[in-house]
Amino acid sequence: MTPYQQYISFYTMLRKGVIRIFRIWSQTLLPSLVTSVLYFTVFGSILGSRIGSLNGVPYILFVVPGLIMLSVITNSFMEVASTFFFSKFFSRNIDEILVSPTPPWVIIAGFIASGVVRGMLIGALVLLVSLFFALPSVAHPLVVLLFLFLSSAVFALGGLVNGIFAKDFDGISIVPTFVLTPLVYLGGVFYSIHSLPPLWQTISLANPILYIINGFRYGFLGTSDVSLAVCTLVLFGMGAILTGINIYLLRQGLGLRQ
Amino acid sequence: MTDTPAIAISDLRKRYAAGTEALRGVSLTVPRGELFALLGPNGAGKTTLIGVVTGLVTKTSGAVSVFGVDNAQEPEKTRTMIGLCGQEINFDPWMKPLDIVVNQAGYYGIPRSVAIPRAERILTDLGLWEKRDQIGFRLSGGMKRRLMIARALIHEPQLLILDEPTAGVDVELRRSMWDYLTKLTAQGITILLTTHYLEEAEQLAKHVAIINKGEIVANGTLEEILALHDGTSSGYSSGKLEDVFIQLTKEV
Repeated sequence: MTPYQQYISFYTMLRKGVIRIFRIWSQTLLPSLVTSVLYFTVFGSILGSRIGSLNGVPYILFVVPGLIMLSVITNSFMEVASTFFFSKFFSRNIDEILVSPTPPWVIIAGFIASGVVRGMLIGALVLLVSLFFALPSVAHPLVVLLFLFLSSAVFALGGLVNGIFAKDFDGISIVPTFVLTPLVYLGGVFYSIHSLPPLWQTISLANPILYIINGFRYGFLGTSDVSLAVCTLVLFGMGAILTGINIYLLRQGLGLRQ
Repeated sequence: MTDTPAIAISDLRKRYAAGTEALRGVSLTVPRGELFALLGPNGAGKTTLIGVVTGLVTKTSGAVSVFGVDNAQEPEKTRTMIGLCGQEINFDPWMKPLDIVVNQAGYYGIPRSVAIPRAERILTDLGLWEKRDQIGFRLSGGMKRRLMIARALIHEPQLLILDEPTAGVDVELRRSMWDYLTKLTAQGITILLTTHYLEEAEQLAKHVAIINKGEIVANGTLEEILALHDGTSSGYSSGKLEDVFIQLTKEV
């Protein structure tokens, strides 16, 4: 395929993915918005007023970046994991792409792009919802955009690995439920790791999502528990590793070609 | 090179991870420009063979070339030459026929500006243009089958592989699909057809191969295959090809 033909194939996959996101908006967009409203109500308005401030900012402003990232991570991951899984096992329309000359890296890019679109869209929508509860300032808009984009891409890549390996419904719900959600909650969405005992601070540093949330929070507040450089490095590192794994899996045809 | 076969398969073997040996040294040549029928009972290895040719199944050993191009060495090139209409209905049921066909063109690098008029022509030929905006799962069984064929043809392949395309289709529609396949071969498209309907092979194919338990047990022109008839009859008023088929594939 020429680069132009590869672009057409990529665009086709992206277009199909985006149409799907809007077609089933009540499944892809609405749940995160409802959940966010509940979080902002409970942690922002009800508990936040009692907690006061954290790291020098009102508690609700502290949790806004974390709650946005919580939605971004789960949505970009699930977009790709579920789409890939369903097209592999149920409609089996993954064969449409596998019989075509589209190279593996374009297939990865096509699926990831849909995950990035959904992740960033959800991020923007949750930010809009947060405006009803607080007025977050954005200290470094480019950092916010960079972390929004890269986090969506990294977790979309993670979703693709999950989708490739999943053999049943449990296979696509186990990772988000038992791995991703605990890591996000323990990654400093609701607290600063400086409020933890020293041992738990050290243990928390092994959680990659801590760096993502803190990098994103730095973009809003201008302060973070971890340096921005380390956060960015972790994000790029995760992206590189997951891209490598996906290319290897698709080239080998694992879970796809018998 | 006009004498290069559409498909040349040499000593093809496939053993699945579970240990099942689906193909046991299959060698087969499909001449270009005609309809070739591959017959065999359920589980004989027809779909595995098609899977290897299209790249959906990885071979254990052997060689497959499509119009002289090795499908292991240059998979992208061979995939461009093949259109596949699989056995199972496998399009996104929530999409509309026009989108399904145009998207398929996109995966081959064909822009929408080219694909849409082409899709209109193919869908019209197959009697689906009026249904272009209907959700896929609401189509009748026969329409879904025709949509699969339309999708396989959108990138104008030189080789069309049809894995039991008329399964579950009523007689009238089957006959109209036969007419369409005849029209395609007249246009120079090579067709590899697997089918359970032996009269379909008798009507359409010049060459026939019969596969059983992963091995080719008969291969030749329709006349050569029919000449294998040993004079015994199943007792039913079926065609001679059916008798030959039963004779070659029956459990001893």
